[in-house]
Amino acid sequence: MNILETPSDKLLAGIRTLLAVKGIATADEVAERIRITDSASPARGAAMVARAWTEPAFRELMLRDGTAAAESMGVPMRGLPPLGVLENTDETHHLVVCTLCSCYPRAVLGYPPFWFKSAAYRARAVRDPRGLLVDFGTSIPAEMKLEVVDSTADYRWMVLPVRPAGTEGWSAEQLAGLVREGDMIGVTIPKGP
Amino acid sequence: MQGASMKLKPGTTVQVKLDWPETRGPCHIRTPHYLRGHTGVVVRHLGDYPNPEDLAFDRPAPVLPLYHVRFPLAGLWPDAKGDDTILVELYGSWLEAA
Repeated sequence: MNILETPSDKLLAGIRTLLAVKGIATADEVAERIRITDSASPARGAAMVARAWTEPAFRELMLRDGTAAAESMGVPMRGLPPLGVLENTDETHHLVVCTLCSCYPRAVLGYPPFWFKSAAYRARAVRDPRGLLVDFGTSIPAEMKLEVVDSTADYRWMVLPVRPAGTEGWSAEQLAGLVREGDMIGVTIPKGP
Repeated sequence: MQGASMKLKPGTTVQVKLDWPETRGPCHIRTPHYLRGHTGVVVRHLGDYPNPEDLAFDRPAPVLPLYHVRFPLAGLWPDAKGDDTILVELYGSWLEAA
């Protein structure tokens, strides 16, 4: 059998059967993991960001231990890589990439956007990050420090963006509505009203 | 395995090994090629994790310290300008005192 020419659905069925036969994971456990993965979306990350903007104690926890912060909001993190949170400030902007492949904080952001895994994004993020941001319509002042975070190993990283001006007095629910997927990768910046 | 046995303190200057295991046979590497041989500064110890280079082949995997290491972009690319930086997770086995 040439594994490269075997239909992927047959390979998948074979792997599922082997996992069950070898007692590694039952069909129910696989189904449960798929359900958890499918139910994750950027709305979860946005809710964490909005809470960090409105609750200083949660912000502190999120920056110190992203996994604990996610769990405290009901996100299942058991068995997943630790979540690290990068704080954007008026001085520093973070941009996340995985040059090796596709490491992504799926538990809090869901499936990565299609471009996140593209060779072009992965190469440009480390080689020409400011040019890449311009292509995303994001302008970073020349005096602001830009830090690219290459997610290569055991952590998964998300960005805690700067709260936009003009949102004073907003509720966490209102604020969460402003936060987009790209804001938590660092390719965009949340826009105020 | 110099960097693997000692705990590197934040602020320590380190050099990523100039090594290309992929030229010697099948392997799994988490150290991006663009950093090999370059000098950076340890920002923090992120924890200790089984070496993915062994896990990928289902071999016994020694637990290695994992560090966040910061590199100036201008040191990596000939056309880079300014003070921008890149922060990367690297295992102690890839780091040498600089």
